[in-house]
Amino acid sequence: MSANEKASQSLLKDSLKRLKKNRGSVYSLYFIIAISLVAIFANYLAPYSFETQNIDRILMGPNAQNWFGTDNLGRDLFSRVIYGARMSMAVGIFTAIISLIIGGLYGAISGWVGGWVDSVMMRIIDILFAIPSLVLLILVMVVFNSVNLFEQPELKALTGIFLALSVVGWVGLARLVRGQVLQTKQLLFIEGARAMGAGNWAILFRHVLPNILGPIIVMLTFQIPSNILFESFLSFIGLGLQPPYSSWGILANDGWRAKSYPHMIIFPGLAIFLTMLAFNLLGDGLRDAFDPKMKNRS
Amino acid sequence: MTSSEAVYATSLSPSFSQRLFAKLGPILGVGCVLWIISAIAIDLSDNKIPFEFWVAMFTWFFASAFYAVLHQKAVTYVSKRLVEALVTLWVIASLTFLLLRFLPGGPFDQEKTLPPEIKANIEKKYGLNDPISTQYVSYITNLVHGDLGESYKYIGRNVTDIIKDSFPVSFQLGFYSLLLAFLIGIPLGIFAAGKHNTFWDSSAMVLAISGVALPSFVFGPLLVLIFCFGVPFHALKGTLPPALWDGPIYYILPVITLGIRPAAIIARLMRSSVLEVIHADFVRTARAKGLAKRVVMYKHVLKNSLLPVITISGPLCAGVLSGSFVNEIIFAVPGMGKHLVQSVTNRDYPLVLGLTLVYAVLLVLANLVVDLLYVVVDPRIQL
Repeated sequence: MSANEKASQSLLKDSLKRLKKNRGSVYSLYFIIAISLVAIFANYLAPYSFETQNIDRILMGPNAQNWFGTDNLGRDLFSRVIYGARMSMAVGIFTAIISLIIGGLYGAISGWVGGWVDSVMMRIIDILFAIPSLVLLILVMVVFNSVNLFEQPELKALTGIFLALSVVGWVGLARLVRGQVLQTKQLLFIEGARAMGAGNWAILFRHVLPNILGPIIVMLTFQIPSNILFESFLSFIGLGLQPPYSSWGILANDGWRAKSYPHMIIFPGLAIFLTMLAFNLLGDGLRDAFDPKMKNRS
Repeated sequence: MTSSEAVYATSLSPSFSQRLFAKLGPILGVGCVLWIISAIAIDLSDNKIPFEFWVAMFTWFFASAFYAVLHQKAVTYVSKRLVEALVTLWVIASLTFLLLRFLPGGPFDQEKTLPPEIKANIEKKYGLNDPISTQYVSYITNLVHGDLGESYKYIGRNVTDIIKDSFPVSFQLGFYSLLLAFLIGIPLGIFAAGKHNTFWDSSAMVLAISGVALPSFVFGPLLVLIFCFGVPFHALKGTLPPALWDGPIYYILPVITLGIRPAAIIARLMRSSVLEVIHADFVRTARAKGLAKRVVMYKHVLKNSLLPVITISGPLCAGVLSGSFVNEIIFAVPGMGKHLVQSVTNRDYPLVLGLTLVYAVLLVLANLVVDLLYVVVDPRIQL
């Protein structure tokens, strides 16, 4: 058992070493950390509130006072992009984690138990896969929009999105985890652990989980930007967060409506683009780092 | 005698019907290409394609696909998949139905001015006061008969009619986008792989990952800024129409916006796939035999590296379906996505159900065709 632990540790270390060599991924990681800090400390960093209007300064281009310019209601775009980062990152990261918990448990049970339980559970997944995710999201969104769990208006605005994205997002993760568990459970050291009298849960968490962590982390890294994108999609369509709250989707929508004021689409667009790029590069780097076979090939 | 031997034996001495069957393949295949070409030709010559044309075209496509699989002696597999698809659709129909009925509030709640008696009458007309089980049974019965019901908001219009009007538009948008994606993505991927580890390779891949990272609701408005408002370059102002769907020139911006992401995904996949195949043993053998580089590239590498691209076309179709929502809103394209968003906010139950089903059918069929295609192009796959 100790040998196994040692092996898995050095695997992780090796992966990290490989990741450090990939400059694009390292910079992306820095960027993601920076954006996350901006999101957490949005209220200290933003010069204005996301809803403060200044009627005298409507649709102004970037200037010394408003770095990214102002929108059609005279709100400071820089502050709105920063608050948008808070909403978008929160949605992206938390829904990915919730999806991971649901999908991970579902996939693990399905793969571990096997037999007819597995086929039934996978049939359900197949069916969920057959509904275009945005259609499902829209339907679920409308249901959850009427649920009010929180008193705080900001949290209230987010519940619908949180729940809808979590309900929809776990399916892919469940499939991945199931496949990995199925593969791992046939390996010899699992048999060894069982022979030594380890229980199901102990084997799952202490032996299977560390061995399938790589692909899961990679998938999670791709899940976050996809959730950010979905949130923006929904907000853009008008079903997600509602103004005056700020998320990158709402800002993109404002920018699109403002038509000939390019600063209104360029800055939020840049924020989304760079974040998506960073997550994608990091995901690629992680995948290469965890699976060196791929790395040597390309 | 094992099954593979049986197949081998029959293929040695084909009967007349078997020979006829074998001849059918090229005819069906050429027919598919002709259908697509004529559809594009009619479309680009500013004529409206009649709905019957679509039906005939799709029937031909599916006939060809099933023929191809039958040719591979995979009848049980195909019938199993078909039954599965039907069950999936039934579950989706029921799930959507239940989801909508559990929504708080009814479809006629928004009109505050509606007197209670009239509202009661309307709800009675649409059977909204019946128990859910009764509503469900009548809904499924109508569905089996191909009747999707009457829209609540577009009074007097059948959901089927609305879908008939909007489906071809969405389909055109999706089809051209995917076509563009394949036309850009595959050559770009091959190019990058051919110039592996050079400046060209990395620039192509930077381009591709940017395409993946750039969401359509940012890219679309940017294109509109450049080509309609002439923002950085004034000379480009008004070169392309910013919205609507009135002819080929209107297609350009929405198709590029929708196609760029799948193109980038295909390019990345194609590159890694080509790189993988290049190092395979059979390619080394082909080279060792002294075959020309070009022959090895086209006959050995390309054919095999296209397999992952076929696998991913199912998810890509789903992506294009989802992407078309935002796209149709940005460019005011009168397709199904716009209707779906509106009908959800309007609580137009029959329309929501109808559109969800159409999307589900499209996705299920796309996945089915991709799976079948996979069996056809890769004989190594055992069923």
